Amino acid sequence: MTDKLKNETMLTDHEKEEILEESKAYPYLKAVCVDALKIVQHHRGWVSDDSIIDIAGFLQMSVHEVDSVATFYSRIYRQPVGRNMILICDSMSCMIMGYEKLYDYISEKLGIRFGGTTTDGRFTLLPISCLGDCHKAPSMMINNELFSLLTKELIDELLIKYE
Amino acid sequence: MERPLTEHITPGTTLTLKDSLKVGGYDGVRKALKEMAPAEIVNLVKTSNLLGRGGAGFPTGLKWSFVPMGPDAPKTKYLICNADEMEPGTFKDRYLMENNPHQLIAGMIITAYAIQAEKAYIFLRWAYKKSEAVLRNALAEAYAAGYLGKNILGTGFNLDIYIHTSAGRYICGEETALINSLEGKRGIPRAKPPFPAVSGLFGKPTVVNNVETLSWISHIVEKGIDWFKALSLTGEGGTKLMGVSGRVKLPGLWELPLGIPMREVIENYAGGMSDGYRLRAVIPGGASTDFVPVDQIDVKMDYKSLPAIGSRLGTATMIILDDKTCPVAFLHNIERFFAIESCGWCTPCREGLPWVQKILLAIEDGKGKVEDLDILTHHTHYLGPGNTFCAHAPGAMEPLQSGLKYFHEDFMRHINEKHCPWKN
Repeated sequence: MTDKLKNETMLTDHEKEEILEESKAYPYLKAVCVDALKIVQHHRGWVSDDSIIDIAGFLQMSVHEVDSVATFYSRIYRQPVGRNMILICDSMSCMIMGYEKLYDYISEKLGIRFGGTTTDGRFTLLPISCLGDCHKAPSMMINNELFSLLTKELIDELLIKYE
Repeated sequence: MERPLTEHITPGTTLTLKDSLKVGGYDGVRKALKEMAPAEIVNLVKTSNLLGRGGAGFPTGLKWSFVPMGPDAPKTKYLICNADEMEPGTFKDRYLMENNPHQLIAGMIITAYAIQAEKAYIFLRWAYKKSEAVLRNALAEAYAAGYLGKNILGTGFNLDIYIHTSAGRYICGEETALINSLEGKRGIPRAKPPFPAVSGLFGKPTVVNNVETLSWISHIVEKGIDWFKALSLTGEGGTKLMGVSGRVKLPGLWELPLGIPMREVIENYAGGMSDGYRLRAVIPGGASTDFVPVDQIDVKMDYKSLPAIGSRLGTATMIILDDKTCPVAFLHNIERFFAIESCGWCTPCREGLPWVQKILLAIEDGKGKVEDLDILTHHTHYLGPGNTFCAHAPGAMEPLQSGLKYFHEDFMRHINEKHCPWKN
């Protein structure tokens, strides 16, 4: 870790540009920390220990401070995830409308429980709290898309679209 | 019945700047910036009694009036739009942002002018991808037309609005946690005082208002207090977005006058219960509001009537608990959410909520004891107002305390029969 700290930052020029662009919204650089984590995750799929060190170096923050921010937020992934992220809403309205059966269905179909990634790296399955789509429950997101009024049939149709 | 916030919305079609201008969407901005002094606007909103639409119902104008003004006030001030909608069961701000973004932007311009803030942020929930795209486009339109940026409408007033998309966590909807998060830190609430109006974002005076609250401002400026007050049935002022989800025939969202009976919303708008389901209780406004039992659903949906029967209006997006859903499992679902979303800063919340959740799970699984009910009741006091750092744990205790009261028999059946009667 110490060797790494001495090295030049390994963020790509593109990532650095994006972080600096986003930082224009704030009076000082450190404030862009959450955005920086999201930018790195956008390009790399997740935020590794090395990325934490790189972001800390770039924002002139301590490694532990950046890690404490990264681990606070549920949408920052500190472990590798699959190419596609399935987020199943497990809150009250979706519970009433039967998300648990759909979760069991997806889970069996993909062979993973919440927190798991398929062996081919195609999907990671996670729960998410209320997606603000309660009148069309049950709902889930795949990557950046929201899907409502889920049924087993709809799930079958959806999953084949993601490679 | 007037529906000022939603009357121009055709669901699925976003109002562009052109559409918005056609219906006078920026008339309030023009009037405020050209004809009114900031203090006049603060007074107007204060007198209107516009109560915060995010859930807590704090008077909006009063919040603004705490911001230091005049020549000795700090030069830098901020306005933040709280668009981190994440209260389980709530789906109202998404609707306003996706369909009428300029109504929100107009409200933000006037609010920023009223407190003399030249920078504003929209703190937007990560998951609201469509809202983000719509807002970015609407902001670009507003900049291009001179409603944002330098010297707006030639008045000398400057305003920049930035969008910050969050990275998840319910607690970021709490205004001081939101401010920490916006500063790039862990989203942990701050001690109050100082209140954000005095020392908020980056240590500067800051106002944080909800999307629905801000969407009202241009209407109130344009049409006045008497008009606003006449919209509600009980004198509190205005309409409110109200929603119903669960086993009803037509789950949905409607703009309705404050003071409308809950029963009317459920029966006339949501079409009543789905065939084969009976209503047992209603969570009136998000996970952190007390149950309203079936025999009290004639209650009026407003800020005074619901507290009178031990609940709160909250976000006014109701969740219907039906007879085929186990109330213990339902409560377990609620408390699991609060346990997971505790920020971990203060001990009662960090340790108490998982404890509550595990007891509820044990009861749900038929492993509960009668004494567990006492432990749960103890927690409703121990994690109640005044014993924790912020309102997260007290909010979690609202449905629990009323649930223990209204579903006592159901709890006892789980304990005595040693299994969940709703499971085969």
